[in-house]
Amino acid sequence: MSVPDNSAPTLFSMTQRAMSAQLVRMNAATSNLANAGSVASSEAEAYRPIRAVFAVELDRASGLSQVRSDGLVRSETSATKRYDPGHPLADESGHVFEAPVDETAEMVEIMESARQYQNMVQALQTAKQLMLETLRSS
Amino acid sequence: MSDIFGIHGEALELRSRRMGVIAANIANAATPGFKARDIDFNAALDARLEPDRQTLQSGGDAELRYRKAVMPSLDGNTVELGQEQVAFAENALAYSATLSFVQGKVNTITRALKGE
Repeated sequence: MSVPDNSAPTLFSMTQRAMSAQLVRMNAATSNLANAGSVASSEAEAYRPIRAVFAVELDRASGLSQVRSDGLVRSETSATKRYDPGHPLADESGHVFEAPVDETAEMVEIMESARQYQNMVQALQTAKQLMLETLRSS
Repeated sequence: MSDIFGIHGEALELRSRRMGVIAANIANAATPGFKARDIDFNAALDARLEPDRQTLQSGGDAELRYRKAVMPSLDGNTVELGQEQVAFAENALAYSATLSFVQGKVNTITRALKGE
């Protein structure tokens, strides 16, 4: 997804990666919300919610752990089968398949990820201010 | 460096390292299985000031300790954001304090050199 970064992690690169990981997570939750209630004519075609996967990447030299966004996975939940023979997408038996999106869970996911994003920004601001003070003190 | 700044030179570097470690905890607040870590500041500073005592290796991974979680979450993550925020704030404040001690030393020496 991003350019592999082989340089030693700094506070800035670490924060940047954490923030982009949270953005991936937020985008995944948003596209789930956008597809909530979408209907398909077969189980295979139905939209299934996606989730971002995070992993730790430890840099032994500095002891800093960075976040790696390992891409997205589709959740294993099966689509909701609903009997609606009048629906234009209904199959032979009159069923449609609805995307199994839990709107509340997605909203909570977005809120949590926004909070953690804010947290990162705050920590970065503090660290940056301290670094500037240290630089200016010479 | 330690001759001029005394304890404060080592302390400043250690505070800066600890800031990175706590920021890493905050960054991994949503990573499954991540174990929050921290530096025991007093022990690490002792080890740096008296390296011959060999109670603790300085630098790298050796100073890091795992944090004991009050309530670990189901995915194995032990980061508690409140705790991390407090630790980060405390550490930033201590960094500021140490920095002003270092600045004081620098000012003293500069004044002595200038002979004002």
